[in-house]
Amino acid sequence: MTRDEVRQAVVSILADIAPDEDVSSIKDDVTLREQMDLDSMDFLDIVMELRKRFNVEVPESDYQQLVSMASCVQYLQPLLKDRQLAS
Amino acid sequence: MKYDVIIIGSGLSGLAAGIRLAMFDKKVLIVEKHTVVGGLNSFYIRKHRTIDVGLHAMTNYAPKGARNTPLGKLLKQLRFSHDDFRLHEQEMSEIRFPDKCLRFTNDFDLLQQEVREQFPDAMDGFMKLVAKIESFDELSLTTSEWTSARDILSDYISNPVLIDMLFCPLMYYGNASERDMDFYQFVIMFKSIFMEGFAKPVGGMYYILNLMVDRYKSLGGELRMGVEVQSINSAKGVFESLTLAGGEHLQADAVISSMGRIETFKRCEPALVNEADESLAGQVSFMESLFALGREPKDLGYERSIVFFCTEDRFRYEVPTNLIDISSGVLCCPNNFKYPEPLSEGMIRLTNLASFGLWDALPRRDYIDAKKEWRTRALENLFTFFPDFRDSVVFLDSFTPKTILKYTGHLNGAVYGSPAKAKDGTTPVRNLFICGTDQGFLGIVGATLSGISMANLHILQKKVAPSA
Ligand SMILES: Cc1cc2nc3c(=O)[nH]c(=O)nc-3n(C[C@H](O)[C@H](O)[C@H](O)COP(=O)(O)OP(=O)(O)OC[C@H]3O[C@@H](n4cnc5c(N)ncnc54)[C@H](O)[C@@H]3O)c2cc1C
Repeated sequence: MTRDEVRQAVVSILADIAPDEDVSSIKDDVTLREQMDLDSMDFLDIVMELRKRFNVEVPESDYQQLVSMASCVQYLQPLLKDRQLAS
Repeated sequence: MKYDVIIIGSGLSGLAAGIRLAMFDKKVLIVEKHTVVGGLNSFYIRKHRTIDVGLHAMTNYAPKGARNTPLGKLLKQLRFSHDDFRLHEQEMSEIRFPDKCLRFTNDFDLLQQEVREQFPDAMDGFMKLVAKIESFDELSLTTSEWTSARDILSDYISNPVLIDMLFCPLMYYGNASERDMDFYQFVIMFKSIFMEGFAKPVGGMYYILNLMVDRYKSLGGELRMGVEVQSINSAKGVFESLTLAGGEHLQADAVISSMGRIETFKRCEPALVNEADESLAGQVSFMESLFALGREPKDLGYERSIVFFCTEDRFRYEVPTNLIDISSGVLCCPNNFKYPEPLSEGMIRLTNLASFGLWDALPRRDYIDAKKEWRTRALENLFTFFPDFRDSVVFLDSFTPKTILKYTGHLNGAVYGSPAKAKDGTTPVRNLFICGTDQGFLGIVGATLSGISMANLHILQKKVAPSA
């Protein structure tokens, strides 16, 4: 996956987790908690969706890497570089 | 074949737990002894009417976009959009006592204003109580000591009528204990009723339950109806298998039971003697009568969505010494919600506290007569306060604590389960967990959140220990 595809993958997870949210307008540098009111239950869901869709494990000590879209992409791209974005 | 998880019961908590587990590819089975899903909040069909068993209203209403509320969390966790639930808010409800009346809507300001007008001396204390409630973490999953809500309230409010008026709706909609309430439960109910509020889904529970069952099945979850769990078998304190009535055995790594805590322990093999003590079971149950009307409730003088009433000076929330207690109750007019289109028929529902023991002791013939007699008595008392609607009734039906026991298996027909809750959902048996009413979150939204929280905490966030 390219950086763009990783971003797309995260956006698609967020769209699933928060069906009432407009995910097209997410700003990369603002925390997700702030933009989407995400709580700890939601971050767990992001982690579980990553495991389910791409078989990547995010250890608890790395959860803070998921704080914004930019940091998600930064952190996940190396882990996902060999994975395909499902169409 | 071995399941990752088997869930006992297809009430709201069981279905919600099932959706969460199936969503993350667990091999999951729900077993339900009844032939209809929904448990305490199911529906039945009589004379071409689909009637909700429980639903007066869903508490915890929050508008679309309020994501950090119980309803918002529930929707996100189950991947529903707010629109999927087709919720429409109440118009206005009230608490009516002999000399006082407090109206409230889903805007908390109205209740505050009403308290200011009706109980000016108590306003200061009321606002301090509200501040305490707002800062309280009622959703914590760690069990704490039972704390008397009456004691805490009396620190803030000295007027006994106001205290009774606040307790009346909160107890009727969610208190497993008699007379007093655990403070965390008081906070849950205060927020869910006064600060969040009421709404109803178009299509009632039939619609919501179908939505959940469809979601569960589309994620690959299995559901077996008409299947009763006979025993929950463990070895050396670790769960091993389930035996169904009829003898079939089912294997799983873990079980989540929504039957109720003591109800679950009673089925454990080897027996959990101390835990299965029935004297700890809940006692609070209700008689509910519903009246289909040839007219709109409003045309008969029933303007409110829900009325919590008491016709005597003091409100008593306890097992009555008669079959039912006619001196207080809940009146619900499903028509008086902000639906886009009027319902097909007028309806009024009436709930009164009832004694399981007295109903249970009646022989069959007397039971049917007693239902009629006590329904009549309840109405006669009601009509000293409210307009008479008897001439407009086109269909009526009543159910009692016995009916609730029969269809849900909750001991004593206790709608809110046992006063002793298992907030973290664990049991003396490893890999056997409790969800729903007896975990401590109840009502429609509460039970659903309970199923979600227990599936998350015990299964999804944890590797299930392999059975020995
Ligand atoms: C008359 C009434 C009015 C109510 N009104 C409202 C309201 O207006 N608003 C609101 O929010 N809440 C209301 N409630 C409360 C709400 O319905 C409950 O809190 C909620 O539905 C509880 O869900 P649960 O999953 O915990 O338990 P349950 O719904 O009881 O689920 C347990 C399930 O387990 C099944 N089961 C039991 N034993 C076995 C066994 N051995 N094997 C297999 N299956 C078994 C039962 O059949 C049942 O389906 C009302 C309840 C009643 C009875």
